[in-house]
Amino acid sequence: MAILRNSFGAFRAVRCISRAGLLALAVCLSHGQNANSCLDCHSALSDPLGVTQEKFSQDIHAQKGLTCASCHGGDPTSDDPEKSMSPKAGWKGKIERKQIPQLCGSCHSDPSYMRQFNPSLRTDQLGQYHTSVHGQRLAAGDNKVAVCTDCHSVHDLRAPSDPRSTVNPVNVANTCARCHADADYMKGHSIPTDQFAKYRASVHYQALMVRGDLSAPTCSTCHGNHGAAPPGVDRVQNVCSNCHAFQAQMYEKSSHREAFKAESLPGCVVCHGNHAIAHPTDAMLGTGPDAVCMRCHKPGDQCDQARAGLQTDVGRLHEAIQSADQALRLAESSGMEVSEARLAQDQARDSLTKARVTIHSFRTDLVNQEIQAGMKIAAQNLQTGKEAMIERNRRRAGLGVSLIAIGMVLVGLRLYIKKIEG
Amino acid sequence: MTDSRLSPPGGTRRRIVEIFFGGGLLASFASFLYPVLRYLIPPAVPDLGGDEIVAAKVAELKPNSAKIFRFGSRPGLLVRNADGTYRALSATCTHLSCTVQYRSDLRQIWCACHNGIYDLNGRNVSGPPPRPLEVFDVHLRGDEIVVNRKREA
Amino acid sequence: MFATLRHWLDERFNWDDLLAPLRHKTVPTHRLSHWYFLGGITLFLFGIQVATGILLLLYYRPGANEAFESVQYIMTRVQFGWLIRSIHSWSANLMIFTAFAHMFSVLFLKAYRKPRELTWVSGMLLLFLVMGFGFSGYLLPWNTLAFFATKVGTEIAGQVPIVGKPMMIFLRGGDEVTAATLIRFFGFHVAVLPGVATVLLLIHLLLVQRLGMSVPPKLEVQWTTDPSARKEMRFFPNFLLREMMAWYVALGVLGVLAAVFPWNLGVKADPFVPAPAGIKPEWYFLFMFQTLKLIPSKVWFIDGEILGVLAFGLVGLLWLLLPFFESDQPSRMKGWITGLAIFALAYVAGMSAYGHFAK
Repeated sequence: MAILRNSFGAFRAVRCISRAGLLALAVCLSHGQNANSCLDCHSALSDPLGVTQEKFSQDIHAQKGLTCASCHGGDPTSDDPEKSMSPKAGWKGKIERKQIPQLCGSCHSDPSYMRQFNPSLRTDQLGQYHTSVHGQRLAAGDNKVAVCTDCHSVHDLRAPSDPRSTVNPVNVANTCARCHADADYMKGHSIPTDQFAKYRASVHYQALMVRGDLSAPTCSTCHGNHGAAPPGVDRVQNVCSNCHAFQAQMYEKSSHREAFKAESLPGCVVCHGNHAIAHPTDAMLGTGPDAVCMRCHKPGDQCDQARAGLQTDVGRLHEAIQSADQALRLAESSGMEVSEARLAQDQARDSLTKARVTIHSFRTDLVNQEIQAGMKIAAQNLQTGKEAMIERNRRRAGLGVSLIAIGMVLVGLRLYIKKIEG
Repeated sequence: MTDSRLSPPGGTRRRIVEIFFGGGLLASFASFLYPVLRYLIPPAVPDLGGDEIVAAKVAELKPNSAKIFRFGSRPGLLVRNADGTYRALSATCTHLSCTVQYRSDLRQIWCACHNGIYDLNGRNVSGPPPRPLEVFDVHLRGDEIVVNRKREA
Repeated sequence: MFATLRHWLDERFNWDDLLAPLRHKTVPTHRLSHWYFLGGITLFLFGIQVATGILLLLYYRPGANEAFESVQYIMTRVQFGWLIRSIHSWSANLMIFTAFAHMFSVLFLKAYRKPRELTWVSGMLLLFLVMGFGFSGYLLPWNTLAFFATKVGTEIAGQVPIVGKPMMIFLRGGDEVTAATLIRFFGFHVAVLPGVATVLLLIHLLLVQRLGMSVPPKLEVQWTTDPSARKEMRFFPNFLLREMMAWYVALGVLGVLAAVFPWNLGVKADPFVPAPAGIKPEWYFLFMFQTLKLIPSKVWFIDGEILGVLAFGLVGLLWLLLPFFESDQPSRMKGWITGLAIFALAYVAGMSAYGHFAK
């Protein structure tokens, strides 16, 4: 017990010093940041008035040194609610939805102001917003449309490059879907609410969300973000052509371009859809449920015949590649080395891809060129596979010969041993 | 005890043994030596394609054009610049592995699949590709253009 | 004709009186004398390895950028390259198997007893060398499986306390398995190990020649009391002819294996790709690998893996010195080495099978 007593004094001294130290630390730390008394109360309040220090510290504005007062006005240095939330200090209180774009734009559309933070940030967002469906409807009195804070979040706003940001490419579709997939919310607006569900089934969603390919399109890629609006029937193929340049080039020169334009049909979307864009299959050239050509063309006419020809040719190449693959696999499992031919199969597959892309030119002669090139390569590889099997059989024959010789020696030895010991 | 009626007389017996033993030995040695001797002869194709390969001959490429060549197990792109110098890179696009091509109009490397663009240093400058193309060493040997993998550090 | 040649050589080597006793050399024959062939078969397979290894050396290029491609070249372009390489790989596995079988047969036939203790020691050292040959040679094609098997194997070696880390760095030629490891293993495989093995082999064979073939104890007692019961055959030509038969059978087996199940190339090693799941060493290391996997991560206060490695090291050392533990005097404990041998055989076989079939 005496020990405790003696050490108690030391314990108290340590406690005192550490408390002082912590205080000094707090003072030092808080000195660097701007005083923000708002959070002292508001962090203890509940929604919708609650904003904790933890939440706000995630916000990029806070990290750049801005405070609550930067948007809401008021005096952040005072602890007295009368003073800090006084209109004399410029306090705005809760910003009305209609005012939000203007408020954000007051900094974000000011190039000379934004320059001090990030000179390469765009400053045309507000202008774009005014051209968007959201902006126009807001101006017409619709308060349900999206404003800046609906997409970007508020008080914990992160830069778009942050994967946790609501406007990071991997999260954009979810953010848009908050309204656009909510049938109740969208009542009174004349657009469908199945886009998100359709997009989820699409190949672009697979690429972005499952494979993590950040170059894959999400809602804003085709619709724009601040100037969000559907591309328009006569312009949608321009949007697709940003990535799918080859197909677009061919389509532009094709017969279908003018034909669709005349009918006011939206280019690429006619065959491929807009949101539920699935991986194209050869069945699209067919006559079954996935057939696209036969939606317009009549059975038996010139185009139907051309379509049938295309389908046959593409199918033929596909089969040729598969049988070459099979032959090579058989050779490999028998122990033959065919890695070079396997590599050449990639070239054949490239030809098949090119042939499928060339379909967008709607010219059977061009498609045929690619098919012929591919068939040649696939035939060569099939030959290699067959030759490998012939070589394998030759090896086994050679083995047989040497086994016979070995057998003869074994018999001879047996006889010889018998002879000298008999 | 061997019954002399059943076993052949000594001479024939001896011949049989000789044939099997001697003949078998000869045949088996031949079947071992033949592959070994064939093995010792170097094959016609000397290069292994792994580290170094002759991608083309000097006269083959005009300035501002390119050619695909096989390098190890992947395709490579040999570019002859407008000023006559050569550049060799991997031709496998870093996005979804399509084979890239040289665009003499853009003086850049283009991937047809999703419009990806690389500069002549292999850097991915636009479009989906997430990483640059691997660059190889090129040098001339006589009238051959030889491409090497870059030396391992 | 042979006599003239022999005479000519003897005049210049003066070895007739050295070789003369060999003509009288005999090999005992009894119910278990077929086991005597195993040593010779192992020696024959070693000869095959040297021959095919030298042939492979004509085309193989060590070096991370070229090794895989050179083996691919041998398999696809060189005439009968596939045969030479497949024989080399199969013969390696067969040789390790026959070496183990030879060791166990010596153990069960009790041929390690005085005065043959040093034959046993040299033989055990040869067994360790043979496994070293297997480990170093496996890396040379530089494919994914070999790369990761080497990584895991050298990692385990590094677990030995105190000397483990320096030993691992020595083996790897650095901290990690790299091109330096490949070159080093190549040096071990074609120069260091063959040199040491040749010396040990000469000692081993010399001892066998000088001491003759041992006979199981019970039989020995019988033959001492009744010398007329002793059955032998002459080494030249009777035993040698039989040995030739065994060697030819081995050749036939090798030929079938090489032609019908050629050794595969695998995929070129890429150090930056994560290890494929379920990586295992070659079958002859499986029993140790599986044991290490089964030991709990902490035994008392000692790390489980270190304990396992040390245990195997200790067992190896004791196994090496086995003959010196068996006293000459008959006692109740006489059969304990046989019992131990049965346990060891069952353990090695069982653990290997377990390791093979386990996920």
